[in-house]
Amino acid sequence: MPDAAMPEATTTERTSTASEPLIVARGLDKRFGAIHAVRGINLTVRAGEVLGFLGPNGAGKSTTMRMLTGFLEPTAGSVTLAGISLQGNPLDAKRTFGYLPEGAPGYPDMRVEEFLRFIGRARGFNGDGLTRAVDTVMDRVNLGTVRRQTLETLSKGFKRRVGLAQALIHDPRILILDEPTDGLDPNQKHEVRELIRHLGTDRAVVLSTHILEEVEAVCTRALIINRGEIVFDGTPDDMDSKAPRSVSKNRLDHVFRSLTTKDTAEDATRRVARSLGVEVKGASR
Amino acid sequence: MSRSTTRRTRVFTIFRRELAAYFNTPLASVFLVIFLFLSGLFTFNIGGIYDRGQADLRPFFQFLPWLFLFLVPAISMRLWAEERRTGTIELLVTLPFTVTDLVLGKFLAAWAFATVAIILSAPLWFTVTWLGSPDHGVIIASYVASTLMAGAFLAIGGCLSAVTKNQVIAFVLCVVACFLLLITGLPAVQDYVSGWAPREAVEALASMSALFHFDSILRGVLDLRDVLYFVSVIVAGLACNAWLIQWRKAD
Repeated sequence: MPDAAMPEATTTERTSTASEPLIVARGLDKRFGAIHAVRGINLTVRAGEVLGFLGPNGAGKSTTMRMLTGFLEPTAGSVTLAGISLQGNPLDAKRTFGYLPEGAPGYPDMRVEEFLRFIGRARGFNGDGLTRAVDTVMDRVNLGTVRRQTLETLSKGFKRRVGLAQALIHDPRILILDEPTDGLDPNQKHEVRELIRHLGTDRAVVLSTHILEEVEAVCTRALIINRGEIVFDGTPDDMDSKAPRSVSKNRLDHVFRSLTTKDTAEDATRRVARSLGVEVKGASR
Repeated sequence: MSRSTTRRTRVFTIFRRELAAYFNTPLASVFLVIFLFLSGLFTFNIGGIYDRGQADLRPFFQFLPWLFLFLVPAISMRLWAEERRTGTIELLVTLPFTVTDLVLGKFLAAWAFATVAIILSAPLWFTVTWLGSPDHGVIIASYVASTLMAGAFLAIGGCLSAVTKNQVIAFVLCVVACFLLLITGLPAVQDYVSGWAPREAVEALASMSALFHFDSILRGVLDLRDVLYFVSVIVAGLACNAWLIQWRKAD
């Protein structure tokens, strides 16, 4: 594994974009009992950046996002959102972002419009302003046809869009989206990516995904996390260039695999077992 | 960016959504029908309101704590367990609310719903008024006591609902907790304990009982100590609830 993939804390604070930092996480650390899920992550995301958050399942993506939004208390470290400390002033800090939690949860008994009006009120809208905000956001993610339906009757794609709508309703400067395109069909994926790219021009967007083409399609920056540590931080082009020339297809997949399948004693054993199994076909990794 | 909000509008936003949740689902209608049916059954068949030859609502209020024992946990069990199960708790605590806003809004909605159920029993009041001349002061005090008792049970139930994502567990825990709170005031329990415990301990135990304070108000005196008892149970339940959500929101 190339050692250049381990960035120093300073490389995360890239100064190439002069815009203000909207998300600043310092030494973010989370332990669940014996499990050390996130290990002292430093992260700065500026306006105009769309950060693709990558990593194998259980690497700490959702845990990190949950600490950025205040759902989980970090064991150590701090989060500052648009200059407001999440620990010091949680109420104001929570006003700065829109958040789509993993699985896009919503109240099954509520109608789409009713649900968005609730979120809008929570965000401080009322009267005509509330109606306008709800109409605008429903228009933006194409929810007009299901506005009177209850959330439990919606398809997975519509549910995800309702989740996006609630995150966008107050036009936040920071968007934190946990797998925003999961469960969408190719057309819907395309639409959501267009929307995110458009939103990302003047906001800080953090999105997690398993789909590597998504990083190429919408992200200005990719960040790979493995075992709770950042193992890559750069542009999608940087990531591509890390793959050897001989690899012609799925180059990002190749880089992802080489960065996230670290050799530990345990892994080595597993790999040996696997290579014994595939040796017959002559395939090697 | 969202605008600033006051504590009142935040609590009211949660209150509205929670109250709507009761009426969006069959829970509200099922609950109200069963509550009115059972309270009628107790009052007329078991309480024998006609046979007493007295125009009052004692038979109704006397059975109310036992009816509440099973019906109030049915209102409170969903408060947090449902949020945990569906994952909406993550949405809720990352919106610009404080934990106090959430706990208060949810509790007040559940309490308002219980109060609606209690008020719907008013036809009984009209009936005894029509049949004779009841002591309205006693009846009003009894209604206040019933509402306070429902509030105390709901605060306990809300708190216990926050410990699990399973509504059935939340229900059972709440029934047990409320049962214990009631029986320490029963004469049978009092007699049993007075056999071996010092008198002060027996009195302390009795004063811990919701039934003791409920009966005391039912006699027609709205004593500040009795009101204070229910208010403290509510405050303690809500504080414990807030603590559980603050430190155990993701579990």
